[in-house]
Amino acid sequence: MSLVDRLRRGLRRTTDQLFGRLDTLTSERRRSLDSGGGPEATASIDTLEALEEILIEADLGVVATNRLIDAARGHVDGRDLLASVKGELCRLLDFRPMPSGSVPCPKVVLVVGVNGTGKTTTVGRLARLAIQEGQRPVICAADTFRAAAVEQLRVWAQHVDAEFVSARAGADPAAVVFDAITCGKARQCDIVLVDTAGRLHTQVNLMGELDKIRRVAGRAISGAPHETLLVLDATVGQNGLHQARKFLESSGVTGIVLTKLDGTAKGGIVAAITADLGLPIRYIGVGEQLDDLLPFSATDYVDALFRSSW
Amino acid sequence: MFGSLTERLKSVFDSVRRETRLTPESVELALREIRMALLEADVNFKVVRAFIDRVRDRAVEKAVLESLTPTQQVIAIVRDELRGLLGEGTGGLPVGSDRPQVVLLLGLQGAGKTTTTVKLARWLQGQGRHPLVVSTDVRRPAAIEQLSVLAGDVGVRVHDPDTRSDVVGRAESAVTLARSTGFDVVLVDTAGRLHIDEGLMDELERLKESLFASDLLYVADAMTGQDAIRSAGEFNRRLGVTGIVLTKMDGDARGGAALSVASVVGVPIAFVGEGERAEDLQPFYPDRLVSRMLGMGDVLSLVEKAEQVVSRDEASRLERKLRGNDFTLQDMRDQLMTVKRLGPLDRLVDLIPGMGQMASGLPDNFDPRAVIQTLAIIDSMTKGERLQYKLINGSRRRRIALGSGTTVQDVNRLLKQFVEMRRLLRSVGAASGQKKKRRARGHMRHGLGFPMG
Ligand SMILES: Nc1nc2c(ncn2[C@@H]2O[C@H](COP(=O)(O)OP(=O)(O)O)[C@@H](O)[C@H]2O)c(=O)[nH]1
Ligand SMILES: Nc1nc2c(ncn2[C@@H]2O[C@H](COP(=O)(O)OP(=O)(O)O)[C@@H](O)[C@H]2O)c(=O)[nH]1
Ligand SMILES: [Mg+2]
Ligand SMILES: [Mg+2]
Repeated sequence: MSLVDRLRRGLRRTTDQLFGRLDTLTSERRRSLDSGGGPEATASIDTLEALEEILIEADLGVVATNRLIDAARGHVDGRDLLASVKGELCRLLDFRPMPSGSVPCPKVVLVVGVNGTGKTTTVGRLARLAIQEGQRPVICAADTFRAAAVEQLRVWAQHVDAEFVSARAGADPAAVVFDAITCGKARQCDIVLVDTAGRLHTQVNLMGELDKIRRVAGRAISGAPHETLLVLDATVGQNGLHQARKFLESSGVTGIVLTKLDGTAKGGIVAAITADLGLPIRYIGVGEQLDDLLPFSATDYVDALFRSSW
Repeated sequence: MFGSLTERLKSVFDSVRRETRLTPESVELALREIRMALLEADVNFKVVRAFIDRVRDRAVEKAVLESLTPTQQVIAIVRDELRGLLGEGTGGLPVGSDRPQVVLLLGLQGAGKTTTTVKLARWLQGQGRHPLVVSTDVRRPAAIEQLSVLAGDVGVRVHDPDTRSDVVGRAESAVTLARSTGFDVVLVDTAGRLHIDEGLMDELERLKESLFASDLLYVADAMTGQDAIRSAGEFNRRLGVTGIVLTKMDGDARGGAALSVASVVGVPIAFVGEGERAEDLQPFYPDRLVSRMLGMGDVLSLVEKAEQVVSRDEASRLERKLRGNDFTLQDMRDQLMTVKRLGPLDRLVDLIPGMGQMASGLPDNFDPRAVIQTLAIIDSMTKGERLQYKLINGSRRRRIALGSGTTVQDVNRLLKQFVEMRRLLRSVGAASGQKKKRRARGHMRHGLGFPMG
């Protein structure tokens, strides 16, 4: 299955809903234009309102929605309207991560986020991706807090056959990270993937713990963590923006992983996040299995959201 | 941060306050802010639309438009309507008629089902019940271990049969065990699933039927956005959810999604999760969620307090007086007493009839000691003097100053303020032409009827 097909499969529900609505929206519009009755301006306002509803219900938020609608305003023809919104969304989301100069060895990737978003699963999947690219990953179980979090990750590590470094429950997560990086260096691994405990962005002491992890990692290998991925659940609403802002401020997030796009939620808050914080979306999750993680592509994402049949 | 709903409303009304009366236009302005705040709090788009229409209908009523306390009135309407969305259900888990009472915990992946299962068991123990917990999550790696560890840590009995793949079998054996050993509640943790996953939704139906489960708690993440009503709605349609548990409320999510779910899906919120530990579970209190939505719990309770302290009759009597010619020193005293009973002043100007209109002249350092002094002066007057200020001549002023431990200058100043206030209130009360209003506003900014520090 091609990447786009898999993405589409994941987003099928979403798009079905969207098409349905955009289709009705245009046909209604056409009818009102055909009948020659209503002035075009009225139809256009109806259309914009329907569009507003779609975008807000996709969790883009009022600000990002208004921005898109402003960009789209003025287009009379339905086709142009959609193209304009799509173009604007793509422009917002299309972010190429800066190519890092020299590749550190091992490269340290920290995976962070609030509780239950899919961090542990994402770490397992990133290890699978690394192996597929011919790299040797170390998986580091630095969630020493949540019950059986280590066991959960151990299962994924065994599935993908990656090095696994863990400690007993309640141990200092920074110490586990240090051990994992040391192990990665000794065994000449390419990448160390660090799973962390879920924490709400409002918990000052837990955010401080992340800071300590980062400092200790930097001591183990210079420049670490080289990447910090914030895992966001696609069902999240406007709170996602606060999460991103706080995690960016206190733990230098470099990219977003948007999970659970296989449901009916659309994760539209990422548009606000990219617009406001300039964070790129790196991967999307479209299921619970190991291969349900895909690199993010703005055009595929937006295409799949607005797959045009009109 | 979210602009709090109350703060937004206050800033709208601050800007219209100079108008002395609310107009339909300023109501629209306020409605725009309400809409924005609700959407930012993740209340569903459709719910917001209906909500705004209802608030508009009530806010443009003559009584509200003409009220001297528009902020209070509109906040009260919003609060009322928010409260209305939550329905009449009460929090907690009622004791069922079945022995054991079988409770299923359902929801999307990562919502907090496993944690909630143990929290709920602890809560039930606190109610003198004897819960047994069992995991049927055979999908997520180490999910069964997770429940065992969590339960073990806090002394909750967990049933973990050898069958590690038979979902229904695991739960049935727990119910059998409970029956024979005297546990009166069985809490069944389930694997997270999407509402559109036919196979897994079927599995839940089978589970429910074979266990004769009486309680189906839908566990929802408080940070959920617009999708909340879709997923909760579908779980409810397929299975008949009996209550919602709202998790992760210890963060800064407003919980608007929960509000939408409660109103659209029509299922009451039973519990709120406020942390990761077993004791972080509270039965749901609707008023707390409403305060959270409004964003300023203390303002909400101030509204309530103001409603208690200034009874409806008293308020309308005061309003009548303020508008008429018969505002006396006694009325001024009553009003100041109210202010004193209510506490911090800056919060209150909108809550007391007449105060809002004059507040544009209130300095930030409004001194409570000045209020006390003013009260002392008025208290040293005779009843007649309070009702007829013109009686207060030079010798009476000296007596009053002596009696209140103040100086004649203080008494003079108070009387001047009173006269000015009376004049002002008359012009506000009778305000019709723009000119008049503008003149009154100019005066308000300088000389105010109330004592200032
Ligand atoms: N449907 C779906 N479920 C996911 C996805 N990613 C993770 N999950 C599930 O979400 C739940 C929480 O994931 P986990 O990795 O333990 O989250 P963590 O608490 O952030 O580490 C688990 O049940 C995962 O199977 C996804 O992309 N789609
Ligand atoms: N902060 C906070 N975290 C919670 C709360 N309830 C659950 N969690 C966390 O959310 C994550 C997912 O919880 P879990 O019970 O495994 O979810 P499940 O996949 O639905 O069973 C875990 O990290 C829990 O510790 C809560 O009320 N507050
Ligand atoms: Mg985890
Ligand atoms: Mg679970």
